Amino acid sequence: MDWALANLPRILSLTVDHLLLSLPAVAAAFLLALPLGRVADRLGRLREPLLGSAGLLYAIPSLPLFIVLPILIGTGVRDALNVIVALTLFGLALMVRSAADAFGAVSQDVRLAAVAVGQSRWGAFLTVELPLAGPALLAGLRVVSVSTISLVSVSAVLGVASLGSLFTDGFQRGIVPSIAAGIIMTVLLAVVVDLLLVGLGRLAMPWQRTQARRAGS
Amino acid sequence: MVPVSCSSPAPGRLGRPALVSAALLGLAALALSACGAEDPLADGGDDDAGAEGGALVVGSQQYYSNTIIAELYAQRLEAGGHEVDRQFDIGQREVYMPELEAGDIDVFPEYAGNLLQYVDAEAEASDLEEILAGLEQSLPEGISALEPAEATDQDSFVVTAEFAQEHQLRSVGDLANVDEDLRIAANSEFETRPYGPEGLQEVYGVEVTLVPVEDSGGPLTVQALLDGDVQVADIYSADPAIEENGLVMLEDPEDLVLPQNILPLVSDSVGDDAAALIEEVTAELTQEELNGLNAVSVDDQASAADVAADWLAEKGLDEA
Amino acid sequence: MTHLMEALQWVLSAESWAGPGGLGVRTAEHLWYTLLALVLSTAIALPAGLVIGHTGRGRALAVLSTGAARALPTLGIITLAGLAVGIGLKAPMIAFVVLAVPSIIAGAYSGVEAVDRRVVDAARAQGLSPWQVLVTVEVPLGLRLILGGVRLATLQVIATATLAAYVGAGGLGRPLFLGLRNHDYAMMLGASLVVIAVAILVDALFIAALRILRRIPGIH
Repeated sequence: MDWALANLPRILSLTVDHLLLSLPAVAAAFLLALPLGRVADRLGRLREPLLGSAGLLYAIPSLPLFIVLPILIGTGVRDALNVIVALTLFGLALMVRSAADAFGAVSQDVRLAAVAVGQSRWGAFLTVELPLAGPALLAGLRVVSVSTISLVSVSAVLGVASLGSLFTDGFQRGIVPSIAAGIIMTVLLAVVVDLLLVGLGRLAMPWQRTQARRAGS
Repeated sequence: MVPVSCSSPAPGRLGRPALVSAALLGLAALALSACGAEDPLADGGDDDAGAEGGALVVGSQQYYSNTIIAELYAQRLEAGGHEVDRQFDIGQREVYMPELEAGDIDVFPEYAGNLLQYVDAEAEASDLEEILAGLEQSLPEGISALEPAEATDQDSFVVTAEFAQEHQLRSVGDLANVDEDLRIAANSEFETRPYGPEGLQEVYGVEVTLVPVEDSGGPLTVQALLDGDVQVADIYSADPAIEENGLVMLEDPEDLVLPQNILPLVSDSVGDDAAALIEEVTAELTQEELNGLNAVSVDDQASAADVAADWLAEKGLDEA
Repeated sequence: MTHLMEALQWVLSAESWAGPGGLGVRTAEHLWYTLLALVLSTAIALPAGLVIGHTGRGRALAVLSTGAARALPTLGIITLAGLAVGIGLKAPMIAFVVLAVPSIIAGAYSGVEAVDRRVVDAARAQGLSPWQVLVTVEVPLGLRLILGGVRLATLQVIATATLAAYVGAGGLGRPLFLGLRNHDYAMMLGASLVVIAVAILVDALFIAALRILRRIPGIH
């Protein structure tokens, strides 16, 4: 505890670094997964192979991806962008599947009904499909945010500052509180972001709450 | 709190036709790599890493002692009115040297011998003077070395006192007479360093098996040695753990490990007055002082910035 | 592209595979760590998950703790465990089990829960004991999701087992770290390719096993 208090400024600044790496990745994974998941859901025979290979992205060990990615996208190893892109890929691995399933669960009848009442395809997507898929999309987003926040720390091995720096430094100097602080802050961060996402979900989908209340009574 | 598992990443639904998936994945990798850059390690670090706006970029290795020295340089430079951008905890020489060459880093605390062996693998220097001469010749354009400090911090072969006594070990060569399998704990790059298993075999006829522990001779390495999991450990000579645990540093009469005096490496952006400020730090950095700095860092578990600030204040180097 | 070709060349050369530190030994170590971690975590997580799914008790707690456990950074657990138990396999094994348990628990209870309640009630009405209901009805019918959890955990452990080399163990992390530290792209990229190939192969085995299981009547 003493150590954590004495090093509070460093812990907080690393927490901010951690957030700056993970939040853009979570957001990018979510936004990219929406069209990809929607398209993948409609591919018929290709749906499963496509979603399967997206899922296998998750099998790539994170450390080599952080190192290999610069070869592919031309950034430096210590470039924050490199870490963000890698994390986005891992997020996509989980999120494309969630998005495809979320859109797949919207019944075809509802979709056709929307078109029948004169909605354009885009209009139907934005006003009918997206809201109906919303809860499942949010659930997927929450998984992505937790796993991304946990994954970021590996980048510290490469010299990109994050809460993971507390692990590499604590490990070298034998400071257990440093490692413990890193773990606790990572979990705390994941929880706070998760709660924020739930709150955002409530704001964006107010009908969910009334439904839940009805179902509960 | 996090009711994640109700929406868990779909166990059992990762997709069926694995071979098709694998093929798609492979194709994607090929397509992506076709448009890639040639050497990602060679082109700079963070976007803001450049020496823009006159700020001097000070870097450090991912090694606490190195970061303290970098912090000494950085704070001395700041006291002298320079703007400093800290880029600490960068992996290994292989990552940051290209950034120095590219001008993305301006000041870096280095170790004389290892640096020479990095820039010139064929170098045959054995003492500090020859090392400095070699560096003069081999350092890439745009980078130069300032005066080295008296303090060294070098890889050293360390055994426990009991082990040394049992096998009558004084120098590294004596290990050749130990008739049990020798396991050595060191960072993984030890495998290919000139003083690694091959060098030990060639120069001293000692055969060792590497057990990689990525803590740069830190607590886990020391513990492995004390527990008898390994017989030898590669621990930096200025590590306070050597004294604390009564470990024995084996002599290296053949200079397998070159002298590793602390050496500030600077880019051309570092002007004379900045160089003079750094050399003020160097002048104070004796072996005793370096060991002291490391011990404070490990014992008090203070941050590099605090350790450096206290030391500079004590030496009267905290003001212009 | 050149890096990828060099990496493939490195992976495909016989020299890389031979010897005590070659890819052959490293791959075997990697698989061994994965297997050991899975056996350990399944032994812990599967009974727990099945009981939660069967009784519905402790579900909220399980949901909470598996969610939080997913946020635990593996590098942190490995370094912490390393400082506590020393070098070797113990520290990474602790971290892999922590990594694998949430997925297996989640798969197990969601598998049991997904079984049609009417079928379960019918089995009870026939006089089956709770134990019999679990073993003969719920597990076979929920097997796809239950194994799905194990499968996900397997992929996670294979991908993460590279970190074992951080604290003195072997596995495919050895060439990976060596390549990283020495700027040896072919070795690093090559080792990653082998890890990915191992993941794909093991996953294909899971798929084949699931296909065979599906042919057996009464299993879903």
